[in-house]
Amino acid sequence: MYNVKVFITLKESVLDPQGAAVKDSLHRLTYNTVEDVRVGKYIELTLKKEDGDIDQQVREMCEKLLANTVIEDYTYEIEEVIPQ
Amino acid sequence: MKFAVVVFPGSNCDIDMYHAIKDELGEEVEYVWHDDKELKQFDGILIPGGFSYGDYLRSGSIARFSNVMESIYEANQADKPILGVCNGFQILLEAGLLPGAMQRNEKLKFICKQVELEVANNETMFTSLYEKGEKITIPVAHGEGNYYCDEATYAKLAENNQIAFTYTTNINGSRHGIAGITNERGNVLGMMPHPERAVDELLGSADGLKLFQSIVKSWREAHVVSS
Repeated sequence: MYNVKVFITLKESVLDPQGAAVKDSLHRLTYNTVEDVRVGKYIELTLKKEDGDIDQQVREMCEKLLANTVIEDYTYEIEEVIPQ
Repeated sequence: MKFAVVVFPGSNCDIDMYHAIKDELGEEVEYVWHDDKELKQFDGILIPGGFSYGDYLRSGSIARFSNVMESIYEANQADKPILGVCNGFQILLEAGLLPGAMQRNEKLKFICKQVELEVANNETMFTSLYEKGEKITIPVAHGEGNYYCDEATYAKLAENNQIAFTYTTNINGSRHGIAGITNERGNVLGMMPHPERAVDELLGSADGLKLFQSIVKSWREAHVVSS
């Protein structure tokens, strides 16, 4: 089995209104050291082990569905899990 | 002219669209369920607003993999008019039939009100009955209507005259106030405002009716031989 963690964030060039609202809120709570907030998505996938390139499979899933590459970037971590 | 209203799980403006075509425009119309593949018998495709697949992940991202989308790509190849309103616009963006992407409204609020639009291009099959620069009133109802594209894409949209409608007041933070765009060939229109909810004065405005009448006019000119 594989445990895959996918992180999706808005591209640096894209304004993040959600991040801006959260930043304002943190400032209102007097956390004035917060300079920037970006809100993203975290998706966990559990994959059966099969032949083939897992890395390429995950990339395809990200490109086709999980991220909209017009406005979003993605990164992922793949971890092999041995079922007990 | 025979229209299809494509219905996804979560569509909620399908009945408004059906009503606009059948009762106000007076043309033929049928609902098509998203699992049905066939659209060949239709002359125009309408993708209504709503929350297809609950807007999970991103608006329109799951709907684009429905069975019916293959037929929508075919209809596009055949140059049939395809109109996507609100969630329909979001689906067309996710499907790559129109360029750009949709973000949450700049102020993060759901906006539901009548807005004023300017007809930026009246030389499309969707806008020919409007005057260029005409100000029209059409309602919006969306939380993710903040249209984004990069500068290169915007330059291309402007150069090819693909911007059909702009907001006279930029309500949601859309790039250059864009409210609706067409594809390069001009047979696909995506717009956030709801023309199907502005087809009778009783609804507060009848300015949307001309959009549907424009489609019919262009179709008749191409398909009906005058005697």
